[in-house]
Amino acid sequence: MTASALQPNAMIQTVGLEKTYVLGAENIVRALRGVDLAVTQGSYVAIMGPSGSGKSTMLNLLGCLDRPSGGSYFLGAEDVSQMDDDALSEVRGRRIGFIFQSYNLIAQLTVLENIQVPLVYQGVDLRDYEERCQELARLVGLDDRLDHRPNQLSGGQQQRVAVARSLVNDPLIILADEPTGNLDSKTGREVLDLIDRLNRGGKTIVLVTHDDHVAERAHRVIHMKDGRIDREVVNRPVPETPEATFHHE
Amino acid sequence: MLRFQFIGTVKLGIKSLLLHKLRSVLTMLGIIFGVCSVIAMLAIGEGASYEAQERIKKLGSNNIIINSIKPAEESGQTASTRGFQIDYGLTYRDGARLQAIPGALRVLPMRIIRENVRFSRNEVPCQVIGTLPFYPAVVGMDVVRGRFLCEMDELHENNVCVVTAGLAQRLFPYQDPLQHAVKIAEFYYRVVGIVRETGTAEQRPQTGQMEGEPLDNNVYIPLSTSRVRFGEVLMKRAAGSFSAEKVELHRITVQMEGMSAVETADPQIKQVLNRFHDRNDYETVVPLELLRQAEATKRSFNMVLGSIAAISLLVGGIGIMNIMLASVTERTREIGIRRALGAKKRDIITQFLVETVVLSIGGGLIGVTVGVVIPFLITAFTGRITIVTAYSIALAFGISGAVGIVFGLYPARAAADLDPIEALRHE
Repeated sequence: MTASALQPNAMIQTVGLEKTYVLGAENIVRALRGVDLAVTQGSYVAIMGPSGSGKSTMLNLLGCLDRPSGGSYFLGAEDVSQMDDDALSEVRGRRIGFIFQSYNLIAQLTVLENIQVPLVYQGVDLRDYEERCQELARLVGLDDRLDHRPNQLSGGQQQRVAVARSLVNDPLIILADEPTGNLDSKTGREVLDLIDRLNRGGKTIVLVTHDDHVAERAHRVIHMKDGRIDREVVNRPVPETPEATFHHE
Repeated sequence: MLRFQFIGTVKLGIKSLLLHKLRSVLTMLGIIFGVCSVIAMLAIGEGASYEAQERIKKLGSNNIIINSIKPAEESGQTASTRGFQIDYGLTYRDGARLQAIPGALRVLPMRIIRENVRFSRNEVPCQVIGTLPFYPAVVGMDVVRGRFLCEMDELHENNVCVVTAGLAQRLFPYQDPLQHAVKIAEFYYRVVGIVRETGTAEQRPQTGQMEGEPLDNNVYIPLSTSRVRFGEVLMKRAAGSFSAEKVELHRITVQMEGMSAVETADPQIKQVLNRFHDRNDYETVVPLELLRQAEATKRSFNMVLGSIAAISLLVGGIGIMNIMLASVTERTREIGIRRALGAKKRDIITQFLVETVVLSIGGGLIGVTVGVVIPFLITAFTGRITIVTAYSIALAFGISGAVGIVFGLYPARAAADLDPIEALRHE
């Protein structure tokens, strides 16, 4: 498959994506069995499915944390399925924002420093980005807690720090893995509202969840089963954004 | 671009070390002890060998010293035994023969007799050395006051003497030695000069009867006077038994032209002397040889010290590695997060390597400081000479830095090779 065959405004496109884990000579697990998925610019996609359906594997591949065993994966215009470890690190650092279920903040760093972590590996002078980091902290409502450590924050606040961190590199997509899994319903709603706002601002979002109420907020819901896409539900259309075609010229 | 990243990584490393202050200090202790023991031990070793070399150098590196020794079979049945008299050692004729050795500059004969020297009520056991006027030039001795013995003293068998400064102090606490005479055995000798004590091996009593006495109690008299006043046969009375020895010369020091002449002359001297000494009644001492031996000893000494130090640094390094491996396990999740957020393998390696290098270099710096202070204290309290050489500091510091890198590399690699997905899942 060549780039010309891609959907014109797909931010993410996988073609026949496969992942096989060899656990032993007789024990081969086919976690993904050929997934074709296209996520357009500015869309909000939720991936659902029972455990073992391959949605975590899917997210790891989409997040460039792992390489597929077969098929291809285009992120933006780049084929990342054959990249080496360093290049994948580069892609993660520049193109992808992660939001994890368990926040995954670094305990010994302050809120501000946690937001800065992705910048550290871009080799930029952090002083140039101070304003941006503060702006992001204001966006998630934590600009008065920049010097706090994660253990001084509530779960909801920590997850909001993680959201700010996922934005600091201005990524192409934001991958959220059960972002509300560790939160009570009220703070969970707050975090989801924040993600909605990011999407309205033009960010492409892929979210993995068990929760139907969480999935309701997405434009599309992909249901996975046994390493394949089982069915797809479109909640509402993706709004046209002027930038939609910009990235593929 | 890389510069910011590097500075950031170094800051990060120091920060995470400061987070566990006690642990970091304990980890550093191994390196601190290693480095300071390297420097202190080498300083002590260097000082000791310096002292030994100075002592040997004072013997004169151009000299060959030949001592008379009592032959091993002195129990009375040998041909040389006449009655109760033992006849051995170097002779005046040996002195004359040695003059013919090529490269020999001067041949200095000496008679060394142990006798008490008295002035007024002060009595000090001394070595009375009968010798020739050029003695100071051969053994390297300074005349502090007055003069040394002269040709006229020798010619007229004058009863004059030169004393060492230490002895002058002991015999004449309140008087001016140059205006008095001392009594040695039953004769009086006028003091004509004071020489500076050297306190070196050359004045060490040969037969070693009186250990522990000061070494600088020397009285120099003309060789001819010694011969006349003391005679050739020396009587000794000990616990009701007699012994008499006939020794013409106790020592001959041959001054050679240069160091190269020393090496060739040593076997020649033995060859000349052996023709007239069928018993083993002399020994040669070559200071140059001793110096070389001392240097060889120093080298092997340094090697031993070096390996001890290397072992202690190795142990320190293992300590660092152990802590860093524990730290990697403890921070697996952090590593996973950093990898997910864009850190390359080499970023993780750098992060952990910086920590170990900061630990070992920090330990090295403290170790150097302590290591420089310890020899200073040793010198202050024991009076031993210690020499802190720049090379020992560089060595210790270099090794500690290398230890940091070598022992940090494995944990750092282990951290970098973690699978990001696994690491993120780690609790």
